[in-house]
Amino acid sequence: MAESLGTYAYFLGCITPNRYPGIEAATKKIFKEFGIETKEMVGASCCPAPGVFGSFDLHTWLPVAARNLAIAEEMELEIYVTCNGCYGSLQEADHLLKEHPNVKEKVNKVLAKFGREYKGTTKVNHSIVILHDVIGLDRLKEKIKKPMDDVNVAVHYGCHFLKPSEVRGHGSSETPYILEDLIRVTGAKDVDYKDKLMCCGAGGGNRTADTLQSLEWTRQKLVNAIMAGCDCMVHPCAFCHLQLDRGQAEMNKAFGTNFNFPILFATQFIGLAMGMSQEELGLDIQTTTMPEKLLK
Amino acid sequence: MGTLYEDIVDYGGEVFGREHMETLKACVQCGKCTGGCPSGRNTALRTRKLMQMALLDLREEIFNAPELWYCTTCFTCYERCPKGVKTTDIIRTIRNLAAKEGHMSVPHRMIGVYVLKTGHAVPIGPDQMKLREKVGLDSQPPTTQKYPEYLKEVQEIFKTTGYDAMIDFDWETMNLRGMEKGGKK
Repeated sequence: MAESLGTYAYFLGCITPNRYPGIEAATKKIFKEFGIETKEMVGASCCPAPGVFGSFDLHTWLPVAARNLAIAEEMELEIYVTCNGCYGSLQEADHLLKEHPNVKEKVNKVLAKFGREYKGTTKVNHSIVILHDVIGLDRLKEKIKKPMDDVNVAVHYGCHFLKPSEVRGHGSSETPYILEDLIRVTGAKDVDYKDKLMCCGAGGGNRTADTLQSLEWTRQKLVNAIMAGCDCMVHPCAFCHLQLDRGQAEMNKAFGTNFNFPILFATQFIGLAMGMSQEELGLDIQTTTMPEKLLK
Repeated sequence: MGTLYEDIVDYGGEVFGREHMETLKACVQCGKCTGGCPSGRNTALRTRKLMQMALLDLREEIFNAPELWYCTTCFTCYERCPKGVKTTDIIRTIRNLAAKEGHMSVPHRMIGVYVLKTGHAVPIGPDQMKLREKVGLDSQPPTTQKYPEYLKEVQEIFKTTGYDAMIDFDWETMNLRGMEKGGKK
């Protein structure tokens, strides 16, 4: 039995549980392996999507996010997430509500209608920060059974994990290191590529506003990674996963391309290196397929 | 209704704080935002121009500009602005003001419909439930879509803030008004 590294409330959001359950399964499995207990947030909703609801009505976005935070507060637990959208929404809402007591008071009047209250007693963590800072690179290294020695990885951060850096607190958004550290611990190489820090193209309602235009960004991003000799792309965001993975089928149809560039959430990649099967990690039930090199 | 600048500070200020929004006044039109904008490479979005239009009170022009919706809120310009203008939050606030005046596409309004019906912008269906079982998870996650009593709380928020009215949501058909097709489960 692994030593206990704490208990967290898992904020699922929408895309992880409802489109890519492999991300949920991989994250829960790895956390359990390292002694992190996961509790479900019963009755949680959409975070809500920061780009969309933030763009249309900030005054609806904030109480919906505050309600989700209040559920974790009632559980007396900190939160972890597997999507930058959820991270963006919940962490920013938590920050604003803690900074502005007048905003908090207004939001709590809405929540009081159904007996909830945001107090400001939880903390929103990204799952990859828990991997990096709570589990830590040393413990991770001990569990690597299938080193990814000859694998070149294109790291994709997405936007709302790093930015705005004044709220996220992971250092400079231009020189990130957390995903790179996690890739290297598996033995793989993180390869620099053109416009590595560029957005996937989906956020802010852009995918909904003009899907083909948003896929063109994605296409550019994938071409840059492929041209740099990368074998796959590893990221920390379920929403990016949707755009980067299912987006390849959409762009193959729309642009006549023939992309099949492997896309993995960080815990899925680490899971493979820990010796878990692609079936356990849900990598066989997505659009892009995993090459032998990653499965050996 | 004041100038567009005043509306941005008033409306956005209630969420981000007024000082945050007042940074718009510090814009010197240097164009660093546009230079680093990944959307601007592919679309007509020119962040510098949006800031200028906001300061010049070009309300109708900015609300009707299709490129207002091509920002992915990636925050690159926000991080790099040498004057500390909170560009992305200003753009989100301008979008809020535009939406309140009816500038909101049907696909964008539909996302609100999904949340009003299930609590999720991306709801689950029978096929995805099977995928969950395949990786050893419960077929349905314990969220608002599973529990009607919790969904009611989210619906209550939307009613209180008037989001339902803003997208012209019909509680009888549980769809946008005048969009009978595909609205019912």
